[in-house]
Amino acid sequence: MSRRRTGAVLLATAALAVAGCQADAEDDPAPAPEADGTATTDDGESDPGAFPEGSTMARLAEEGSITIGTKFDQPLFGLVGPDGVPEGFDVEIGTLIAGELGIAAEDIEWVETPSQNRETAIENGDVDLVVATYTINDDRKQRVGFAGPYYEAGQSILTLASNEDIQGPDDLAGARVCTVSGSTPEQNLLENYPEVEVVPFGTYSECLEPLRNGQVDAVSTDNVILAGFAAENDDLEVRGEPFTQEPYGIGVAKDDVEFRMWINDVLEDLFADGRWTQAWESTAGTVLPTPEPPAVDRYED
Amino acid sequence: MDLIVDNASTYLDGFAVTARLTAYSAVAALAVGLVMAALRIAPLRSLRVVAAAYVEVLRNTPLTLVFFFMVLVAPQFGILPPLGFWTAVACLALYTSAFVAEAVRSGINGVGVGQAEAARSIGLTFGQVLREVVLPQAVRSTVPPLINVLIALTKNTSVAAGFAVVELVGTGRRLSTANAGDPWVLVGVAVCYLVITIPMGLLATSLERRVAFAR
Repeated sequence: MSRRRTGAVLLATAALAVAGCQADAEDDPAPAPEADGTATTDDGESDPGAFPEGSTMARLAEEGSITIGTKFDQPLFGLVGPDGVPEGFDVEIGTLIAGELGIAAEDIEWVETPSQNRETAIENGDVDLVVATYTINDDRKQRVGFAGPYYEAGQSILTLASNEDIQGPDDLAGARVCTVSGSTPEQNLLENYPEVEVVPFGTYSECLEPLRNGQVDAVSTDNVILAGFAAENDDLEVRGEPFTQEPYGIGVAKDDVEFRMWINDVLEDLFADGRWTQAWESTAGTVLPTPEPPAVDRYED
Repeated sequence: MDLIVDNASTYLDGFAVTARLTAYSAVAALAVGLVMAALRIAPLRSLRVVAAAYVEVLRNTPLTLVFFFMVLVAPQFGILPPLGFWTAVACLALYTSAFVAEAVRSGINGVGVGQAEAARSIGLTFGQVLREVVLPQAVRSTVPPLINVLIALTKNTSVAAGFAVVELVGTGRRLSTANAGDPWVLVGVAVCYLVITIPMGLLATSLERRVAFAR
């Protein structure tokens, strides 16, 4: 009898542990995106006539609606809540860009673009643009165009909120750091931080229990992933600036250079007038430090 | 191909960890498995039940789950096994001991019941019956299946790669990332496993021939 009960408790705990790995939306502390104030602008740019004839901007402004691809499962960047509307920094950026076209937040159609579908969605014209924790790299530039970057993500450190000893990668010497076996962050730690004792697990969520139990001192991978954990767990904190560079860009059709350059202009406006900082602080900024806006890259094809 | 040669020392490190995992777990699994097999034919019903439960639970649980319980669930009950090598040995030994117990039990069952009855009738105790009469005969037919169990154990050590042990597979994953996913990396890993398992298979075959006896 008592043995059977212990078994049930074990099973239930295992189920909870598994569920905990992907606990999501419900307790996301990020506030809802502010739809008003960004929906329209009064600087005249929202007037379709202001855009060059035949441009993507003119077409979208004319239609008064836009389709934007984003992640639906990335806390703080693009996460769909119970109401079906995604929230996060990527969503805010997408909303601000749409606002510059004179498109209200409620006229934006959000489409889920997981990592493996982003290029295809752009090439097929399923979406007008993609804001989805989308790292700019040369391979992807063969297929799509990138405006931005609008944010530089990178490898960072997650540790217990109570641990004051670790404030950045230089404090990791001699520490036990959990990461995923065979991942790029693991490679980076092995190559550039040889003093670190790397503890590889199968997934990042499996690192959390050992971290809480003091079996490892920190977890290290992309700050965006770590921020998701920090947002869901009050006892965990992301520490220090990212120590690798993953520039996040806005994906558009490869040959639509005009649209890409226009988005770059919009981003520079957002950086300059503080709307970018405001968007950050109301979303990912709740758990990540507020960075300086990056410089946009107006690369030639 | 060059890649395997260039990284020979890295492979060797991973190989050494896999070999040690296999060796320690094998010794522990053989010891525990033998005890469990003896308990399964013990004259006391309660001992038989305990041994049967142990064997059936571990034999029918995926090894990854055994690791999962030990590494990620046990700490929630206040049991904090050290991360890494020795916990992996414990998981592998527990899991494998169930298969050892079954191999030994089938060997024991293969010894004619008359042997045990005759031994009892001349006044030997249960322990003596096992030690002097049944086990010496059972071991002969048990050795080949036991080696199969150990070959499986060798390959199963790869599960530890997901639980803080950098053995051959963990080493392979690192090399693969460092070399842009070059498929030769995994060929090298496979060869390292074969270096352990093929000689074991050959040993099994030759032992089988040597210990074969006419019934």
